[in-house]
Amino acid sequence: MPKLTVDGIEVTVEPGTTVLQACELAGKEIPRFCYHERLSIAGNCRMCLVEQEKAPKPIASCAMPAADGMVIKTDTPLVKKAREGVMEFLLINHPLDCPICDQGGECDLQDQSVGYGKGGSRYDENKRAVKDKYMGPLVATTMTRCIHCTRCVRFATEVAGVPELGAIGRGEDMQITTYLEKAFSSELSGNVIDLCPVGALTSKPYAFTARSWELRKTDSIDAMDALGSNIRVDARGPEVMRILPRLNEDVNEEWISDKTRFAYDGLKRRRLDRPYVRVNGKLQEASWNEAFAAIAKGLKGLKGEQIAAIAGDMACAESMLALKDLLAALGSANVECRQDGAKVDPAHRASYLFNSTIAGIDQADAILIVGSDPRHEAAVLNARIRKRFLRGNVKIAVIGEKLDLTYRYEHLGSGPAVLKAIADGQHAFAEALKGAQNPMIILGQGALARPDGDVVLGLAWQVADRCGLVKDGWNGFNVLHTAAARVAGLDLGFTSAGNVDGILTGAQSQAIKAVYLLGADEINTANLGAAFVIYQGSHGDAGAKRADVILPGAAYTEKDAVWVNTEGRVQLGRRAAAPPGEAREDWAIIRALSEVLGHKLPYDNQAALRRRMLEVAPHFSAVDRVTPAAWGVFGVNGMPNDTAFQSPIGDFYLTNPIARASATMAECSSIARGETLAMTGSDD
Amino acid sequence: MLQDKDRIFTNLYGQQPWSLEAARKRGDWDGTKAIIEKGQDWIIDEMKKSGLRGRGGAGFPTGLKWSFMPKQSDGRPSYLVVNADEGEPGTCKDRDMMRHDPHKLIEGCLLAGFAMRAVAAYIYIRGEFHYEADVLEAAIDEARSAGLIGKNACGSGYDFDVFVHRGAGAYICGEETALIESLEGKKGQPRLKPPFPANVGVWGCPTTVNNVESIAVAPTILRRGGEWFAGIGRPNNTGTKVFCISGHVNKPCNVEEEMGIPLKELIEKHAGGVRGGWDNLLAIIPGGSSVPLLPKAICDDVLMDFDSLRAQRSGLGTAAVIVMDKSTDVVRAIARLSKFYKHESCGQCTPCREGTGWMWRVMERLVRGEAEKREIDMLLEVTTQVEGHTICALGDAAAWPIQGLIRHFRGEIESRIDAYHGVQQVAAE
Repeated sequence: MPKLTVDGIEVTVEPGTTVLQACELAGKEIPRFCYHERLSIAGNCRMCLVEQEKAPKPIASCAMPAADGMVIKTDTPLVKKAREGVMEFLLINHPLDCPICDQGGECDLQDQSVGYGKGGSRYDENKRAVKDKYMGPLVATTMTRCIHCTRCVRFATEVAGVPELGAIGRGEDMQITTYLEKAFSSELSGNVIDLCPVGALTSKPYAFTARSWELRKTDSIDAMDALGSNIRVDARGPEVMRILPRLNEDVNEEWISDKTRFAYDGLKRRRLDRPYVRVNGKLQEASWNEAFAAIAKGLKGLKGEQIAAIAGDMACAESMLALKDLLAALGSANVECRQDGAKVDPAHRASYLFNSTIAGIDQADAILIVGSDPRHEAAVLNARIRKRFLRGNVKIAVIGEKLDLTYRYEHLGSGPAVLKAIADGQHAFAEALKGAQNPMIILGQGALARPDGDVVLGLAWQVADRCGLVKDGWNGFNVLHTAAARVAGLDLGFTSAGNVDGILTGAQSQAIKAVYLLGADEINTANLGAAFVIYQGSHGDAGAKRADVILPGAAYTEKDAVWVNTEGRVQLGRRAAAPPGEAREDWAIIRALSEVLGHKLPYDNQAALRRRMLEVAPHFSAVDRVTPAAWGVFGVNGMPNDTAFQSPIGDFYLTNPIARASATMAECSSIARGETLAMTGSDD
Repeated sequence: MLQDKDRIFTNLYGQQPWSLEAARKRGDWDGTKAIIEKGQDWIIDEMKKSGLRGRGGAGFPTGLKWSFMPKQSDGRPSYLVVNADEGEPGTCKDRDMMRHDPHKLIEGCLLAGFAMRAVAAYIYIRGEFHYEADVLEAAIDEARSAGLIGKNACGSGYDFDVFVHRGAGAYICGEETALIESLEGKKGQPRLKPPFPANVGVWGCPTTVNNVESIAVAPTILRRGGEWFAGIGRPNNTGTKVFCISGHVNKPCNVEEEMGIPLKELIEKHAGGVRGGWDNLLAIIPGGSSVPLLPKAICDDVLMDFDSLRAQRSGLGTAAVIVMDKSTDVVRAIARLSKFYKHESCGQCTPCREGTGWMWRVMERLVRGEAEKREIDMLLEVTTQVEGHTICALGDAAAWPIQGLIRHFRGEIESRIDAYHGVQQVAAE
């Protein structure tokens, strides 16, 4: 292992470490603009120059491999002068528009200019002006501010796998562009805003709405997909101003999808901010007491089994448990969280988890994706598969739709027949899985949410069992969910034997006379028949339209809540802003209703509710960790039908009530569908 | 002075055809097989003995460079790349070699390629050299048909081929790693070193990039022996060199001469002397646009080789001698070079991208005298902020001419500034 000296401090580093990393190990800060841990090394900003003994000129520490016996100096006059020089060059053509720049206050150029610059300018010539580029509805450009670090270009090419950004021109006329000035067609495009060290790429929806230092920052968890990306919610007063990623190597690294980042304007639109009761066929504003009274009236005289509840994709664990307890008190076991009817087996936790964990993708050397479109179901997870792909020596195959996943894969077929062939060992890919060290199957909801989903689950189990996907220290059986609420619902037993179809057919046949929708908007409400419908949720979407009584709840940014992601990782979301109007936190609504219904739930505060939660699911105590699930036998033996697998994501940008209420997402969606012609930079 | 018997480029002026038949009469492709049979180590050893230093400008010992290539393949093939992207202003030697004596280069490719265990040579030729590329391609076809290259080249049992790749006319693609990028079909931008091309070059394989002249002289050196070559010129600056003399001389020309010939002798003997006589000389750029110029006082007795010019804080570069007589506006001449470097900077790294434009703009004002005297020192400091801080040597090349100008002609710049302010004062009165 190379041993080198940095400013007299001896450090021993792993082979392959760069001088910059070695300097950091020695506790020396090295300024940089182009260098980023997750991108390839460009070495073009020259800010990280350090002095190496016996080298004729300063070296770029980010690009120089640390070698044994190197003597590095980071605090000499030569280094100071080099940094001042680079800083001066970066600033001569950078506009002095910090007061009107959205990056102001969180700008690398500002910070490093203070730390390493000279404080004045000797440049008397005219500054360069660069025409702005159109990059779609999410990324605002002010290209005059660009310092050509090429982080955005490298992100697009390497991480997003959509090489639509690049540099044209040369010398001081070099410009970063999307070439054709089209919207950047990646689901991860917003990350270039975080990567940009200056204000060249900023958030378009957030533009000029706030300064970073006036925002209240709350660490929370995303609920747009089942990944549970770690986010930071920045709010001012009652309003969420923006959402940024937080670092979590095990989940989202430091990326988030555009939906996670930009759907927040949906939190302000179509909100249910007061209760409603349907009178003579029309919804009328009501007080909480009137709404509860209407519910008591609607449920009066009903037997337990005539009442049912369906939880939506963004329901938190607390509200699901409270609702389950309430229905149990009313004598009903008709609760269901699988809105799409996915045929996972609630009795076997391993049957519905991403068992290898998301970080496990880094180790996989054979990946079989079945009935899933990870690029649109979990964009950040897809980037992780791409990262694995770029490292090489991995076989990736897909059974299902033939889509552009940003990496090369073998398309084995589109329906369950191929999966069966692999399970029976009659397909070449079975050998690939058997020969792999860490083989993995990723089963999407497109494979499970179908009439023969239980048979497909059985086939996938056979593949896992026969091809050695489950062994000591490795479980390569993975289910990729699309709903943030799903795993918590399954863990808490928010399921019934008849699945969601049981409840809906019951409602149509009048066997079920009342249905409680907890933010459930993805079911076909026409199938609710003549049932008395209570809708509790945050947005006026499909469920609220059908409801007889509406109870206004909190959105995911407005409550402290437990979320369990597709791996089974328990994470805590935190309240970043208050729910609007009379809306309340969801568990508290159910608790209040229980009192009106005469079945008072035994918890008076959230802490007590969480204690109850640990009784139902003890592994919820392991916050931020994944409790591995025991392997078992699940799935049904049988013949699948030969319908092709289809991903449940019709439109990535419009998958939930918040996103559907977002103007930003609507614009992205229409561009993705090719409905509007992209504007060029000169049009706006 | 170089004797005719020691001349390598015997058809530099195109008095005879370039064809294989004529080249053979001049001695090319003579006993190539026998040289190959002596083995790789012998060739590299002989090249080292000859003391040949790379003719592209940097002057790195050629034999040593070849010896860096892997002796044992790890599965990757090795390549020889010939840098024929001759773009340095004032330089036109490779062009004549390829136009009139292409077989020297092709034979050199085979011998150098064999010595470094390469499977093929790529000649990256400047896009503007249209005719030269045609000649080269025709000559390669001739050599291939005659069995001199290709499978079992010259009957030696060694398989080796040569390909021509035309550039698109970017100066930066003459930088070896930018050339490699361009050869791979990418935007011509220099790579970070390490890794060096000998480890990771074209398509990630071990590669050596050599100038046309370095490769073209190799067959003659190997035929006549390294000691013959080493006997010409001065120690550490051996052999013959093609000089390109342009500018204010009576007969601009390319000429092959002994290394270390006095600059004055070179110009007077071969270029017909300076226009208006030696005393009419103002300054000379001795090695292509990127090296600092020399005023007449130094030109009087400086020797033309790497070490002598280095001692005068200039360089031999590509040995492109640009002569400027007293009619020259020397500040404007250097400002024009600054514009060239501003135009040709690839834009990848900060000091060069931003610095070349800044330097050019200040230079333009200095031409008119529209500046303060303190700006001369500021400009000098800016050049040092660029020099040595960039990925490739283009930043250095942009800085040196200005440094040379300020070193030797500060008085000229200052008097212009005085004159400009004087005029301004008159106008204001």
